[in-house]
Amino acid sequence: MVTNITSFGRSGLSDWLMQRVSAVILAIYAVFIVAYLLFNPNLDYYAWSGLFDQTWMRIFSLLAFVSVAAHAWIGLWTVTTDYLKSTRLRVGVQTLIILAIFVYLVWGIQILWGA
Amino acid sequence: MSNLQVSVYRYNPETDSAPYMQEFQVDTKDRDLMVLDVLHLMKEQDSGLAFRRSCREGVCGSDGMNMNGKNGLACITPLSDVVKSNKLTLRPLPGLPVIRDMVVDMGLFYKQYERIQPYLQNDTPAPAIERLQSPEERDKLDGLYECILCACCSTSCPSFWWNPDKFVGPAGLLQSYRFLADTRDTATRERLTNLEDPFSVFRCRGIMNCVAVCPKGLNPTRAIGKIREMLLADAT
Repeated sequence: MVTNITSFGRSGLSDWLMQRVSAVILAIYAVFIVAYLLFNPNLDYYAWSGLFDQTWMRIFSLLAFVSVAAHAWIGLWTVTTDYLKSTRLRVGVQTLIILAIFVYLVWGIQILWGA
Repeated sequence: MSNLQVSVYRYNPETDSAPYMQEFQVDTKDRDLMVLDVLHLMKEQDSGLAFRRSCREGVCGSDGMNMNGKNGLACITPLSDVVKSNKLTLRPLPGLPVIRDMVVDMGLFYKQYERIQPYLQNDTPAPAIERLQSPEERDKLDGLYECILCACCSTSCPSFWWNPDKFVGPAGLLQSYRFLADTRDTATRERLTNLEDPFSVFRCRGIMNCVAVCPKGLNPTRAIGKIREMLLADAT
């Protein structure tokens, strides 16, 4: 049995499923944002701000942020376990990645709900 | 023109401080030889050249090697398949420790094979004659049981290069699915439990190098997908 304690869900199966579900959410969010920008060529601050004032858009955006966080954690954790063979370096980089993801997530929530 | 330029990996840890490439000129007499025949012609020139071979017909899986950048069995690979502009470069299977020249230490590969318990397990009382399968049940094993464990697939897989101690590798996983798919095997749950960590199965990124090199035309990526489906069905 191969053990692990720094992966996102502590299980390969749950990480794999989470990676795919978050990818689908991010794809839908990206398509929506690009489509919105294409259909509103003369976009100004008030329209953009108005979009993010709506509760459904905030929920949708927060869902996308959480998906980025999970997706990045799982993906970068995989990269570190592939390429960083020194335990000290690997755990250090993993800690930095998780910390950065946490900071970005809280920062994103503040931007969404702060104003 | 019939002189083939062959560059071969040489390393004898007892005398060489580092591996090097040795150049050979091999007279093929314009025949489309197998790479293994060329190796034998080279051995006539330098009897110290070490490589593994046994059946010379693609059944034993001893002479897996890297020929012009692609893994395969030397005995069933004709020169016309691999030689580009009259040059042939031979290297041992990538990612495994070299014992000497083209001979690699397959220990890690066999250890991963052993880990998936490659034998039938059945805890029900044995019937008087045999455990019968329907032709349809038997069909599920086609494309799985033919593996000869030559290690061409696992040693072409970057995930196996980086984590050969944790990732089972395409060869081991193909065999793992061979027993998961067998209706006579009753250890399915235990087998799946041993595979659900982030490395054993899930380090596969689906780049399909294994499928591209398998000398028997098997498809480990498909088997890995089936294992994922079984894990998902069992755990959700």
